[in-house]
Amino acid sequence: MNRQEFVDLAENRAKRTASLKNCIYAFLCGGIICVIGQLLTFLYSNFMKDEKSAATLASVTLVFFSGLFTGIGWFDKLAKYAGAGTLVPITGFANAVASPAIEARSEGYVKGVAAQMFVIAGPVIVYGAASSVVYGIVYYIIMKIGISI
Amino acid sequence: MKNIIKYENVYLQQTASVVGSKEKEGPLGNRFDSFSADDRFDKDTWEKSESEMVRRTVEALLRKSDLTFQDIDLFAGGDLLDQCIATSHAMNNNGVPYLGLYGACSTAAEGLLIGSMFAEKGFTVGTVASSHFCSAERQYRFPLEYGSQRTPTAQNTVTGCGSFLLSTNKSSVRITEGVIGKIQDNGISDANNMGAAMATAAIDTILRYFSDSGKTEKDFDIIATGDLGHEGFELAKEYAKSKGLILGDNYTDCGVMIYDLEKQDVCAGGSGCGCSASVFAAYVCPKLMAGEFENALLVGTGALLSPKSIIQNKIIPSVAHLVCFERC
Repeated sequence: MNRQEFVDLAENRAKRTASLKNCIYAFLCGGIICVIGQLLTFLYSNFMKDEKSAATLASVTLVFFSGLFTGIGWFDKLAKYAGAGTLVPITGFANAVASPAIEARSEGYVKGVAAQMFVIAGPVIVYGAASSVVYGIVYYIIMKIGISI
Repeated sequence: MKNIIKYENVYLQQTASVVGSKEKEGPLGNRFDSFSADDRFDKDTWEKSESEMVRRTVEALLRKSDLTFQDIDLFAGGDLLDQCIATSHAMNNNGVPYLGLYGACSTAAEGLLIGSMFAEKGFTVGTVASSHFCSAERQYRFPLEYGSQRTPTAQNTVTGCGSFLLSTNKSSVRITEGVIGKIQDNGISDANNMGAAMATAAIDTILRYFSDSGKTEKDFDIIATGDLGHEGFELAKEYAKSKGLILGDNYTDCGVMIYDLEKQDVCAGGSGCGCSASVFAAYVCPKLMAGEFENALLVGTGALLSPKSIIQNKIIPSVAHLVCFERC
């Protein structure tokens, strides 16, 4: 068996990730999280006129509970089944910030928590901010030449 | 090229093993000397926990052999953490000369090979190899609480430590031969399929041993690779077959033995220095001492990758060292 034959054998016999099952779980869990978010928005709308503030408050609530569940060790157990269902909504971002921060406590608050906090979420923030700048420039140019969107 | 090192006068005196909770729940659970129910070993950081596990293993080895640190001439050992801190911190201030080793999952076999060299010269040698799931996850993968899914071919780092005491004092088990592995890669660069990356190295070492010693797979009661996991174990058998070596029921893998792959959530099985170390210290060597096995081959396999080389998508160089145990 030569090198290429072995690599092919290893790739062919490797058990694939159960994509269909994962997709269904992700759809259901992600959907449930979004429904909870919507229900929270409705709930908060009763107390405030501004619907935008109610939606922001709903996001804040989801972030809070993601952080809490990460801290008490529930989040990773749920995410093992939910996959993208917990990763894609704002809950995934909260977990990606909270989990390295919790674990880096052993290196202290400066060299540990603060330095490690964005080790997973960092790329999202960097490229998210950079692409919004590009978007802003494009938007500005379009406005300048007088095309109304 | 000389393939086989022959040891004339090296005897295995004693073994000891300490593991975590998941390993305790596995099929070999009642054979380990002690365990920690929460994997913390009463310490507040995972690195300290692993060091404490190593310290407790060495303590158990000395207690079982009725020796103190003053009786040991050398400790040789290592673990998975950067600069092998788990072992070196565990050895701090014990007054025994120490050699640090790194061979990834092959560290237990590497320690036995080097330890036997010193034992042959009259040293009383303790070898040790450890790994801890939580400290390894921190270093190689994601934070423990990060919500991610693992691929089915990935292996679960064993929380465990095994230790062996070697000297020239006659006992029932001898270390007779060894083969030092050559570093090679087989084209696999997927860190989630380390078993596949190491499988060919394991078989090549076994073939070098058989061709030079004239022995065959039938001459051994147990041939255990450590640790290819289920995926690598099956691939190793296929690869061996293509080289004309048919491995039968006496061939097994420490990464398959330590967990119940059906019931425990461990993907393809165990890995880490502590896997083959604890399986041999708790299961294979005691069976040799009790006369249930006449001989055994440990083929310690190591995937020599680092967190940086994984990110750079580098190929995974692998190594496999062989140690032959025989009853006398």
